[in-house]
Amino acid sequence: MIAKVRPHPSQNEALLFETSSPGKVGYQLSELDVPPVDAREALGANNVRQEIADFPEVSEVDVIRHFTRLSTWNYAIDLGLYPLGSCTMKYNPRVNEAVARTEGLMWIHPYQPDALSQGAFAILAELERVLAEITGMDAVTLQPAAGAHGELTGILLVRAYLEAQGNARKRVIVPDSAHGTNPASVRMAGYEVVNVASNDRGMLDAAALGRMVDEDVAAIMITNPNTLGVFEEHISEVARILHAKGALVYMDGANMNALAGISRPGDYGIDLMHLNLHKTFSTPHGGGGPGSGPVAVKKPLEAFLPLPRLQRAPSGWSWNYDRPQSIGRVRAFYGNFGVLVRALAYIMAHGGDGLKRATHDALLNANYLRKLLEPHYQIAYHAPSMHECVFHHPSTGAIAKRLIDYGFHPYTVSFPLIVHGAMMIEPTETESRQELDLFADALISIAQEEREHPDLLSGAPHSTRTTKVDEVAAARKPILKWSR
Amino acid sequence: MDPENLRYTKEHEWVRVEGDTGTIGITFHAQKELGDIVYVDLPKPGTSIQQKTTIGSVESVKAVSDIYTPVSGEVVEVNGQLAESPEILNKDPYGSGWLVKIKLSEPDEAAKLLTAAEYQAYVGTESS
Amino acid sequence: MLDTIGASTLEDLYAHLPEDVRFRGALNIPKGKSEYEIVDYFRARGRDNFDAQANFLGAGVYPHYRPVLVDAVVSRGEFLTSYTPYQAEISQGTLTAIFEFQTMICQLTGMDVANASMYDGSTAVPEAAMMAMRITGRDGIAVARTVHPEYREVLGTYTRHQSTSLTEFEYDPESGQADLESLEQALHENTAAVILQSPNFFGVVEDAKRIAEMAHAKGALLVYVFTEAVSLGLLEPPRDADIVAGELQSFAIAPSYGGPFAGIIACKEKYVRQLPGRLVGETKDTNGNRAFCLTLATREQHIRREKATSNICTNQALIALMATVFMALYGKRGLRELAEQNLAKAHYLGERLWRRFRGPYFNEFVAATGVRSPEEINRRLLGSRIIGGLPLDRFYPELRNSLLLCCTEMASRADMDAVAEAFGA
Repeated sequence: MIAKVRPHPSQNEALLFETSSPGKVGYQLSELDVPPVDAREALGANNVRQEIADFPEVSEVDVIRHFTRLSTWNYAIDLGLYPLGSCTMKYNPRVNEAVARTEGLMWIHPYQPDALSQGAFAILAELERVLAEITGMDAVTLQPAAGAHGELTGILLVRAYLEAQGNARKRVIVPDSAHGTNPASVRMAGYEVVNVASNDRGMLDAAALGRMVDEDVAAIMITNPNTLGVFEEHISEVARILHAKGALVYMDGANMNALAGISRPGDYGIDLMHLNLHKTFSTPHGGGGPGSGPVAVKKPLEAFLPLPRLQRAPSGWSWNYDRPQSIGRVRAFYGNFGVLVRALAYIMAHGGDGLKRATHDALLNANYLRKLLEPHYQIAYHAPSMHECVFHHPSTGAIAKRLIDYGFHPYTVSFPLIVHGAMMIEPTETESRQELDLFADALISIAQEEREHPDLLSGAPHSTRTTKVDEVAAARKPILKWSR
Repeated sequence: MDPENLRYTKEHEWVRVEGDTGTIGITFHAQKELGDIVYVDLPKPGTSIQQKTTIGSVESVKAVSDIYTPVSGEVVEVNGQLAESPEILNKDPYGSGWLVKIKLSEPDEAAKLLTAAEYQAYVGTESS
Repeated sequence: MLDTIGASTLEDLYAHLPEDVRFRGALNIPKGKSEYEIVDYFRARGRDNFDAQANFLGAGVYPHYRPVLVDAVVSRGEFLTSYTPYQAEISQGTLTAIFEFQTMICQLTGMDVANASMYDGSTAVPEAAMMAMRITGRDGIAVARTVHPEYREVLGTYTRHQSTSLTEFEYDPESGQADLESLEQALHENTAAVILQSPNFFGVVEDAKRIAEMAHAKGALLVYVFTEAVSLGLLEPPRDADIVAGELQSFAIAPSYGGPFAGIIACKEKYVRQLPGRLVGETKDTNGNRAFCLTLATREQHIRREKATSNICTNQALIALMATVFMALYGKRGLRELAEQNLAKAHYLGERLWRRFRGPYFNEFVAATGVRSPEEINRRLLGSRIIGGLPLDRFYPELRNSLLLCCTEMASRADMDAVAEAFGA
């Protein structure tokens, strides 16, 4: 039975350019308190543009209605379970939004003198400290703007560290279950990618890895728990193998929501890792960003961290640019400060114990769903699940679209690539038992539909304002902007 | 269904040799695996290419497949129709969906490639 | 739930982890706090920062007014708490807004195609440089010394391991614009791109057309960079450029100590397959209604892996949405009027001070200090709760006794008079 979803209230909404009418405005500037300046005189006639053709002309009411109507066409965590595997779609606490908009934090300029920004420094220092504590690492940079940016920063750190030892080496090992960002980041740092296959338990095979690692290998980039939701049980052995050849172990911390409070990567041989604050630490995804991807490192890598670094003197906090071994800047200014504020608010609300409880609940929810679904769907690997579980089904795409009719966002479809027809499900700790039961019921009902009424799946979704979208036509003849 | 007069590779390309010219395409099996093809990237005429190297790619919405040339030589003609209508690769991979014509520099190469029967046997084992 | 799973305690759920990876201690993080304790903590940190009445800093981050409607829209849970719009049927809100964003960026910049946003301007620049290298098959980059210094540093970090040869060309000390002779020397047959910012770091408007001609004569592309997006309301769009890389912070994105912001890359149609980042395209649903979806995804890392155009995964959707709402509110007339106000304010103060460069300027300029040092001037201003200009010797050792000052629509005449007074003018 479809228990959640209802037909859509707003069906039609034109684009801004189509509702635009000459002379309408949605702004009010104050009266100019200085003499006006003739732009053509001040800038040179050649430098002054004609009016911006087709730019919108709409009123304030037009704007709020337009975007409010558009918003109703989105699914969101605020509407229900959002079980995208490896994306950690947990509730985004609104207190985080409130504190990020604190006047004294929102309006500070990155170039105001350090002495005038001591409150910001205190926040950054505390966040660095707690992230180091959670990961068991020694130092943290908060600068990377997203997970992939953290990966690039991390691999540049590997390179700088090895160069300082006298040999940057050539290759980085990436498991075949990794996110596509891993190999792309490795290339950007000037390394070759070597893929290593998972074994039949969905884990890295330490013996096979041992044969691959030589003095040309710079590092391994390992996601743990991996994208199958499986903890790499040989992780300490993997670290010993890499370290024996002088190579480093980089951990993609995208799945840290399975570990916070119960396992610290720094305690078992991980040399550096990134975190996704927009996953584990609840900052909103916002339809695709902003994110934040801090990198945590062990002591030997600290000297290479990006510029600038926090430093404390009796007179107060300041930025330190005098770091000759640093890989340099990875972005302007100091990181996505507004996102960092939200992450610290989340950590403060939980405390050490609360983080561990959240991890417990995330594991509980994933394993509960797995148990409910196992009689109806094939699990990809029998190894125990951590915070997510991966099933497989040849009709994964169609089942996902049919889930929409039941009022849920689909799981991650066809990833990881090593599982044919993957259905990757991560409920997070946010969900109640009722919501999980509804979701399981929906998937079980769809399994039955698939046998009895396959046509219900092939044309899904049926209940949405927009029915199945023709992605092939979009790619064959790309229309990437509106034109008259 | 795979024509007898062509030669094939394990990377799912075919070549038809006529005199010193080779016409290259991708197989029925390859286009089927990719699904709806949305874009084809091909080398410019005049490019010299070496057997088994990448000369371009074929894209569907969610996958990219590199094209490896089965034979060496110089590109003399490119199928311009594919830019406008990549779907002909799905409809007619052995006919109007050809990719490039090459002036062969190593005419012996083609004879060493798979025959239609060998290719079918290979595809059979790969998909089982 | 534990019964269903067949476990007796929560710890049983991970009893399979090897002992050496288990953390048995307690995290050294204080006990969970209540909502009002958290609010209090951040308010107190806000108070520890300086409470300025006015701020004349620009240099890549501009203090513009943020219409309240912007936060009203981006606070809607349907935008705030949704993921990247992979499932087009239930993401039409985000997809439609991004399509409008891409369109408006094209209208503003004069480019054919714009992506759905990048992390920020500083990372958009190296992505644009690498794009130019892929397009031309060359690996030389000539960047103007008047491009934001931190952007140039990021460019250095990104390209260090890409066999790129990075050269900088000088500015003309009279005009503050790119020095054409120095550029001529920097250009060679292996130059992939010339990178030029306008208005440049000194606030001076560059002659992009002339520099495009010089780049094109050598077969190189012009990458046009902007940090002050409001300038596009008044300045001739960079139609002669091949790629535009910019920062949208001025479009209702709070300074927020330097982030999160949103960058963009826009380009000529023929380069779209080398463009990094997400793209939204128009198509139809099975009922024949207009619909939008992510498209040309094969350029991206999740498909092409190590051969992708970039490792970038996210865009800055919510921040780009702020800019979209801003552009809709101001619209055709408002953006121009806003830009004209910025121009008028900056010229009010600029004409009262001794400007170091003669080139045309928009809302920012370099003032030479006289009797008082830059530090002394800023100290005096702080006494009136005004944050003064940026001393430039930090980035340009040759520009001692210089302050970079920015006047937006927020600068009042009285505060600008106070700045002029502090200079001793």
